[in-house]
Amino acid sequence: MLRLLTWARPAVPRVLLGGCTALGASMLALAVPQVLRAIVNGPLLTDSSRRGVVLGALLVLGLGVLEAVLVWSRRALILTPGTTVEREMRTSLFRHLLDLPVAFHDRWSGGQLLSRAMSDLGTIRRWMVFGLVMLIVSATTLVVGVVLMIATSWQLGLVYVAGAIPMVWLSFRFRTGYRDVARRARDQAGDLATTVEESVHGIRVLKAFGRGDDALDDFVRQADELRETEIHKARTLSRVSFALGAIPEAVLAVSLAVGVTLTARGEITVGALVAFFATAAVVNQPVERLGALLAMTLDARAATDRYLQVIDTPSTVTDPARPSHLPPPGPHGARLVLDGVRFGHGDEPDVLAGVDLVVEPGETVALVGLTGSGKTTLLQLVPRLFDVTAGRVTVDGVDVRDLTRAELRAAVGVAFEDPILFSTSVRENVLLGVDAAGATDDRLTRALDVARAEFVHDLPDGVETVIGEEGLSLSGGQRQRVSLARAIAVRPRVLLLDDPLSALDVTTEAEVTQRLRAELTGTTTVVVAHRPSTVALADRVAVLEDGRITGVGTHRDLLAHHPHYRFVLTALAATEHEPVDDEVEAAR
Amino acid sequence: MSATTLDHPTADDARERSREARRRSLVLLRSLLHPVRRPVWLTVALVVGSQVAAVSGPALVAYGIDHALPALVDGNSTPVLAVAATYLVIAVLGGVLVAATVRASARVSQAILLDLRRRVFRHTQRLSLEFHERYTSGRIISRQTSDLDAVRELLDGGVTTLAAGVLSMVLTAVSLAILDPRSGLVLLVAVVPGVLLSRWFQRRSRAQYRRNRTAAARVIVRFVETMTGIRAVQAFRREPQVQAAYDALSEQYRESSAGSIRLNGWFDSGLVLIGNVTVATVLLVGGLRALEGDLAVGVLAAAVLYARRFFSPLQQMAMFYNSFQSATAALEKVADLLAEEPSVPDPEHPVRLPHARGDVRFDGVTFGYGDGPTVLHRLDLHVPPGQTVALVGATGAGKSTVAKLLTRFYDVRTGAVTIDGVDVRDLDPVDLRRAVVMVTQEAYLFSGSVAANIALGRPGATRGEVEAAARAVGVHDLVASLPDGYDTEVDKRGVRLSAGQRQLVSFARAFLADPALLVLDEATSSLDVPGELLVQEGLGTLLADRTAVVIAHRLSTVMGADRVLVVEGGRVVEDGSPGDLVAAGGRFAALHEDWQRSLDRA
Repeated sequence: MLRLLTWARPAVPRVLLGGCTALGASMLALAVPQVLRAIVNGPLLTDSSRRGVVLGALLVLGLGVLEAVLVWSRRALILTPGTTVEREMRTSLFRHLLDLPVAFHDRWSGGQLLSRAMSDLGTIRRWMVFGLVMLIVSATTLVVGVVLMIATSWQLGLVYVAGAIPMVWLSFRFRTGYRDVARRARDQAGDLATTVEESVHGIRVLKAFGRGDDALDDFVRQADELRETEIHKARTLSRVSFALGAIPEAVLAVSLAVGVTLTARGEITVGALVAFFATAAVVNQPVERLGALLAMTLDARAATDRYLQVIDTPSTVTDPARPSHLPPPGPHGARLVLDGVRFGHGDEPDVLAGVDLVVEPGETVALVGLTGSGKTTLLQLVPRLFDVTAGRVTVDGVDVRDLTRAELRAAVGVAFEDPILFSTSVRENVLLGVDAAGATDDRLTRALDVARAEFVHDLPDGVETVIGEEGLSLSGGQRQRVSLARAIAVRPRVLLLDDPLSALDVTTEAEVTQRLRAELTGTTTVVVAHRPSTVALADRVAVLEDGRITGVGTHRDLLAHHPHYRFVLTALAATEHEPVDDEVEAAR
Repeated sequence: MSATTLDHPTADDARERSREARRRSLVLLRSLLHPVRRPVWLTVALVVGSQVAAVSGPALVAYGIDHALPALVDGNSTPVLAVAATYLVIAVLGGVLVAATVRASARVSQAILLDLRRRVFRHTQRLSLEFHERYTSGRIISRQTSDLDAVRELLDGGVTTLAAGVLSMVLTAVSLAILDPRSGLVLLVAVVPGVLLSRWFQRRSRAQYRRNRTAAARVIVRFVETMTGIRAVQAFRREPQVQAAYDALSEQYRESSAGSIRLNGWFDSGLVLIGNVTVATVLLVGGLRALEGDLAVGVLAAAVLYARRFFSPLQQMAMFYNSFQSATAALEKVADLLAEEPSVPDPEHPVRLPHARGDVRFDGVTFGYGDGPTVLHRLDLHVPPGQTVALVGATGAGKSTVAKLLTRFYDVRTGAVTIDGVDVRDLDPVDLRRAVVMVTQEAYLFSGSVAANIALGRPGATRGEVEAAARAVGVHDLVASLPDGYDTEVDKRGVRLSAGQRQLVSFARAFLADPALLVLDEATSSLDVPGELLVQEGLGTLLADRTAVVIAHRLSTVMGADRVLVVEGGRVVEDGSPGDLVAAGGRFAALHEDWQRSLDRA
């Protein structure tokens, strides 16, 4: 938990000062009875002076006002910086998540990340500004009180201290038990958030199959598990609450017997006995509070652990210490080379097992392979959404890992298979990868034109229309065209298109293909193709089979001589002599 | 910055809306408390018990000193032993009561939370897609996470703090009034500024906490959207802008929470001040009276102590009030969500249709999204049972709209959609979902095994049936090759399936669901040719005795249909068998020609 200082350091002086004001306020509260005693013993009982009474009341008033001021300053001192620390931690987490590679996001569910960013950080803030301060104040009050009690009567003080031993022991036992439950409760809350998120993102599927009730059952089962964990947590807490509630009072019961006996024997005065119980009453309050504060601390600790778990995950795709730069762009585009590229997700067998491919400047290469053969993965290696496990990818002779991600990704444009759009205007979506300086209307119109996405002009506010979340208010074909326009608008050296026309009808597809071909002159392009019509974009075709490129050539060559290629594009392991069109016709 | 001011032009309106929101949230709170009222009273009783135990401690000490001590001096040790033993019993009893309170209040608070979670989840599932598209997933998620956290905070400490505080204040006030009515009057006067301060805080904090909830929701919306689209954010180097936007929202959230904390600080210290001034006043008034001989000194001391005690639970009550305000703001948002009526409501008198034949009719159907322009113009269509109809046309022509009306994702503006002669609006939702299943382009997979994802089509299906469905759409070999076969997890921690593979899995789902009417909306777009061929072989058997509406831009899929409808601008412009339409030389023939050419070009 000391690690929290990384973010909390600027707030430390104010937190300390705030702690002092909190202590001051409790001391003032303790001082009022003293004044009262003085008034009673002085003006009231002895000299009967109105002035004395008025002065005394004014003193109490002054102390009271001061206490209120101290209470206010504690809040002003700690709470505002507390929110600043929380914000710092939140934006740090976000920054780190943006930096972490796609592989990390594939592994972590959104709900778990969200619960860390919101509820865990809220818990940490509340602990820092309230729990920590109160813990210190309570501990100080306790120590001061015990010292006072021992000073009043060492015998009674010892009885009180003796009671503290089982309390400390129980608190320690409580700590270990509670910590685990607290962590489990938080993890389950994160999983629950994930289920919520999936139920919302997958609403169309749930509706289409009428499975809302089953999803509800699953959710309720999960929520019920969380409820049981929380109740288990409360049971653990109730044990320590019992101890912290009963033991101090029991100690007082014993002290009463011992104290009365001691007084009867004349070993201590009645005054001392009264003073002891008065002090004990003050001290018992923070002791009873200790249970809740301890629980709060352990909750905050679990939250901190969960936060650090993400913050401490190192990014595996990082910028090099001394980045190289791309040479100035050539007139015909960039040269993209994949050299012995291997890639596997974690412990799974390699998806790519030694891919060699050269895409010459300005050339368009279609990548063809069965679904699941690793075409999408291969594309994502170029802008370093993933890093190769072995081998290398170079753009214009520079290993992509020697470039900063910013420079590399500025040079590479991608149209994903799932068009990932954001709930902003069409303009912002299309110009997502364009720097502010280059974000001109001309560029926007041109990109929309090439992608045949003119339909956006018919939207209520034209290109300023805010498209629904993930673009879901648009049809599949419309989204795909906006996503294509976005990739083109970057005017990249290397353009990567992942099955970019799959949701288009034949007529539109033909138009887009035609315009793209014209546009792509001078842009090195790799396009993942599932259909002959998409292959038509390419100068050459590369066949990806069993993690390797097993053939490179023109469509007709490969169709004639490459059995796997023929199978992928026509689904027929036919002999070499059948006419192509009949095969495709037969494939329906 | 608040969206509320934008939405409601006049102040009166805003006040009215605010009152309405408040009322709704309180109604919700009451309905949540109702089922657990017994445990709530039990908790209150436990709190009262533990308070009484706590109060009796000092009394026992006093008795010990006043009576047991003289008795012991006289050689009688019974009273001291008795009082100590009583104290011991009460100490243990107090501890037990405190522990029981912790458990009981957790049980109450968790029961309420579970109830609320269930309600919100069920309601969002019932709400129509039109709502989901407007409200955004991030906001729904924030309702179900961060807003419920706020409610939880209230419930966790609320009941006990409130009961203990009120009890202590009432007991103290009564004691003081009995002891010295005039000092009690001072206390009563002090209540006035206390109430005024609370009213002020209530009014100010209500708006502040509403801002808080909105700000939190904005942070969450941005977070969820960014993490969902992380690939695009990274590939298009959008990190700096996205970070800047998130930083700004986080700062707004911080400002608004700091604002509420500041407000609470004024309230809190204001209460301390009022309490302390009251104490000083009681002391002054009482002291002067004591000088006159109107008041015994001992009574004065007691009055001052009571006055202090009266106000001491107030700080905790202020904390309770604070979390109460925060929770009602959150409940307002949740109640707003729960008050959303599904624009596609369940029928009041549902018509059962356990064995649909799949006879589909559109009778003069007009439709448009929301208040938007008309997308379908008086569409009339009859699909007899068992027929496979393909819808063809440019994007935005209204094909998907037909599918969405058929599955009742939306309701028609005029006219009717009927299945076996029953208006879909009157059809029992369970029967409707059993009769009609749609497979869309978005092949969403849920966390869990492949088998569980396929079984979504028919919960309770045996492994054999799941495998048969997978075999039928040709995804069995793929699934079998995964590390754990059908038990392979496809969630974030599991394997990654390609878009084509996901579509195959969702086809298996549909196959398993075995509906009378199958709607395929661009469901094969990500499949490669071999995959599509496999699916079509499967569909061949599946569609044989079933009505099907197929939307596809691939003519390879369309040519196998019994009938083709060409849709343009929300109207059916051509209707006939694929062969006839090609021969007729209309729009479909042109499409067919384009398609042929696209094959040739390749």
